[in-house]
Amino acid sequence: MGRVALTRVTKRFGEVTAVSDITLEVEDQEFLVLLGPSGCGKSTVLRLIAGLESPTDGSIEIGDRVVNGVEPKERDVAMVFQSYALYPQMTARRNIEFPLKNQRTPKLERARRVEEVAETLELTEVLDRRPAQMSGGQRQRVALARAIVRRPEAFLMDEPLSNLDAKLRTQTRTELIELQRRLATTVVYVTHDQVEGMTMGHRVAVMENGVIQQVGAPTEIYDHPANLFVAGFIGNPPMNVLTGLPTSEDGRLAIETPGGGIPLTAPQQDAVRRSGATQVAVGVRPEHIRLDEDGPLRASVAVIEALGYENHVVCRLEDGQQVIVRLRAEVAAPREGDKVHLGAEPRRLHLFDATTGARIGT
Amino acid sequence: MSAEHGTGTVATALGTLAPGFRDFLVGAGIVVVAGTVLLVLSRRASPTHRRQAALVGRYLLLVVLAVIVLFPLYITVVDSLLQPDQVVAKPPILFPTHPQWSSYATAWTQGHLGRYLLNSFVVTGVIVVGELVTSIAAAYAFAFLRFPFRKTLFVVFLATMMVPVEVTFLTNLNTVVSLGWYNTYFGLTIPFLATGFGAFLVRQAFLGLPGDLRDAAELDGANHWQFLREVALPVARPAVAALGIFSFFSAFGQYLWPLIVTKDDRLRTVTIGLKFLANSQLNNFNVIFAGTVLAALPLFILLVVFEKQLVRGLTAGAVKG
Amino acid sequence: MSVTAPPEHLDAHGRAESPPERPPARARSRAARSPRRRRTLEVLLAYGLLLPSLLVFAVFVFYPLVRQIYLSFFLTPPFPGEPKHYAGLSQIQQVLTSHDFLNSLWVTVLFVLYTVPAGLVLGLLLAVLAHQQLRGIRFFRTVFSSTVATSVAVASVIFFTLLNPQIGLFSYWFGRTGQLSVLDDPRLALLAVSVVTVWQNLGLAFIVMSAGLQAVPDDLLEASRVDGAGPWTRLRHVILPMLSPTLFFAIVVGSILSLEAFGQIDILTSGGPLQHTNVLVYAIYDQVFNQNNQGRAAVMTVALFLITLVFTLIQIRLLERRVTYER
Repeated sequence: MGRVALTRVTKRFGEVTAVSDITLEVEDQEFLVLLGPSGCGKSTVLRLIAGLESPTDGSIEIGDRVVNGVEPKERDVAMVFQSYALYPQMTARRNIEFPLKNQRTPKLERARRVEEVAETLELTEVLDRRPAQMSGGQRQRVALARAIVRRPEAFLMDEPLSNLDAKLRTQTRTELIELQRRLATTVVYVTHDQVEGMTMGHRVAVMENGVIQQVGAPTEIYDHPANLFVAGFIGNPPMNVLTGLPTSEDGRLAIETPGGGIPLTAPQQDAVRRSGATQVAVGVRPEHIRLDEDGPLRASVAVIEALGYENHVVCRLEDGQQVIVRLRAEVAAPREGDKVHLGAEPRRLHLFDATTGARIGT
Repeated sequence: MSAEHGTGTVATALGTLAPGFRDFLVGAGIVVVAGTVLLVLSRRASPTHRRQAALVGRYLLLVVLAVIVLFPLYITVVDSLLQPDQVVAKPPILFPTHPQWSSYATAWTQGHLGRYLLNSFVVTGVIVVGELVTSIAAAYAFAFLRFPFRKTLFVVFLATMMVPVEVTFLTNLNTVVSLGWYNTYFGLTIPFLATGFGAFLVRQAFLGLPGDLRDAAELDGANHWQFLREVALPVARPAVAALGIFSFFSAFGQYLWPLIVTKDDRLRTVTIGLKFLANSQLNNFNVIFAGTVLAALPLFILLVVFEKQLVRGLTAGAVKG
Repeated sequence: MSVTAPPEHLDAHGRAESPPERPPARARSRAARSPRRRRTLEVLLAYGLLLPSLLVFAVFVFYPLVRQIYLSFFLTPPFPGEPKHYAGLSQIQQVLTSHDFLNSLWVTVLFVLYTVPAGLVLGLLLAVLAHQQLRGIRFFRTVFSSTVATSVAVASVIFFTLLNPQIGLFSYWFGRTGQLSVLDDPRLALLAVSVVTVWQNLGLAFIVMSAGLQAVPDDLLEASRVDGAGPWTRLRHVILPMLSPTLFFAIVVGSILSLEAFGQIDILTSGGPLQHTNVLVYAIYDQVFNQNNQGRAAVMTVALFLITLVFTLIQIRLLERRVTYER
């Protein structure tokens, strides 16, 4: 039904390749987040699904039909824009009604559906106002209402929360999730905000340079990033990454970094050997680093960022590289200037081939 | 003023002026000097005094300039309300103590001003509506549609702005005559039913439409007509209004073309009618003035009502998009 | 039915609709055929929308322009029906070097010089004075823009009467009652016509300047005030530089208006006295309607066109730049 599938889709604008050979399937009733930095091609993917752009290559399916060449209005998808794209001269009611009017829905039916949607989204009071007379949150909900009222097979949302202030954004985020569960429709949601990505989607597709880097459940992406880009993009503060040479001592392999040698477990050693990587990037999430007398890394504490519920200890290795350690507030933090040793459980380490960025091992 | 007065001083120059006007000039001079002195002095005085003095100075300047700008119009209205012999009285009468309105009746009936005005309104109305329609149509194509030679054709539209009426009127007169449109409303209006300027102005307004709005309308299933009527035009309304007013002003004020393409009172517009009135009522100056007032009135009403839009419109091309 | 016009360089002509891999038969035919038909319809619609304008332009702008250029190579006898004679460049040369043409050209240049700078300065003066928060300033703004509402004919008739040597108020004030009319005085006629023109265009100049002033950001003015700049310094070093595009625009538009001035000449002086106000446009009109010499008129018309062309090209440049880049 509300399935959306892209098969080997490429989109080029002249010389620029915005989307490169993407294959992606969004299941019916799934909430899929397209996550990536600006300019990574995620919005183009959305516009390709909507029919606002035509793919240079590949096929796009919505429901069970191929929609290449089908006009946007006949694709049965609705879109919510970052700018909301409300028609400035129309009241909220006429904005919401507009798609129905164009479908020649009978007047009574139209009124009924507008009222219904307005009630769901608590817009009844502002129905006769124009966008300029509404708050940002109300505008956002009108844009949503205009999409919902059509009862489309799939919703396409392009950063719909990024024009709201921080507090309202968090609140609306939750409401959107609830709404999606209630309406049980397919949503493709584009954002550059990893928090939205992690919290809203059943699955997240991380994009960079027009290519999908990894698709998976939020936890999977967090715990097993497929490559250095995903590892660095997801997580705040970001994952610490130290690059070094694999060196063998007594048959045991360690990664020699500027802060000291990092020991690996036996399976990890095997994986590194098999990968044939000449340089290895070792990633550790800040919450997995410990201050440890016996730790292999020597560092000094540069800054302590106290957030109340936790502390971020920003350390510097000898060569100036930065390592962030996340400590629960109850744990005693060192003082700025202290010399410390850092360590981590080997199973918490993420290994990547520093040249290709690909993950080593599982 | 003349060569013999080569060594003449300001005093002798003033001497050639009529006493009343001399007094006015001297008075205005004093006011201006006083205003300027106040403005200059105000910079040395204490803050409160300074502000008051500057204020007075500014008002004095504004009033004097307003009087100078407005005077020709004022005296036109005054003279139109005087008896013919009062108009030529020396010294001149600057205020009508017993206004009489018969001059307006004369201008309206004998001077055919009613007919001229009606013609002007018909001609102007047709031109304004026509220009708006053609401009919006062309602008829509240029802004929202893809077609071969789009750029070339747009340059062609711009190029029309480079050809003034004064260059084309001769051939156009022949064309209009051979089409049988001489001395008809067709001849008066059809050459002006489209302008490159109008298409340009509306196109710019259309291009200012956010891209998201276009996408949204497309997804919402609007066809071209619905999109134009419900989305594009409302957004471009200031520019369209400005174009309408601008077009009204220039059509109503046309002179050369109506002069050569009409030959009798049934078709003459008020600008031409006024010239004929001035020639035919040589001794009834009050009637000429009354006719002038009548001819100017529509644009004045328009100016007062639509001043904001007009300012925006005239500056749309000049200063902002 | 696409309502989206992509930026020029992104134009993805039809290629995008290449058939996808093994789609169902029905979907395939839709994907292959319908976009092409849609594009054809779009192109047809576009030409349909442009057609009315193009027709008007073809008949009333471009055809006459070409014909004027063509005619300028022919001697046209003053009686209708007689054949034209091809004269090559000789007529053009003869007209361009004739005393009458050079006189008209000179008068036109003088007229532009009399009207444009004066209009500019006065318009700026009024705009600067009206550009402040004072009680009742709206009234003054309306007064200053009021002459926009006077057409050339209205302004000319008003001044024609005011300058009448027998009864004109201005003639009386200037002590010239019963003497030669200003409009018949070779030394003063062009000046008088210029004054009328400046007055009639004052409203337009005021409005354009006011809009330009409004575009000067307030914080810039405040900053200069904080920096201790007096009114004069502010005008010279802050306002005028910010205003220079507007000034430039006003000069160009004002020049075009003055180059094309006809009504005031026709009503006030008919090109006299002794051709002292015989600007180019009036000379063309005179050639056609009084001298019956279309060939000569054509040469002068082409000359006028070339002069106007230069100014208009500058104007379009300005328009395009300002209107497009300010977003």
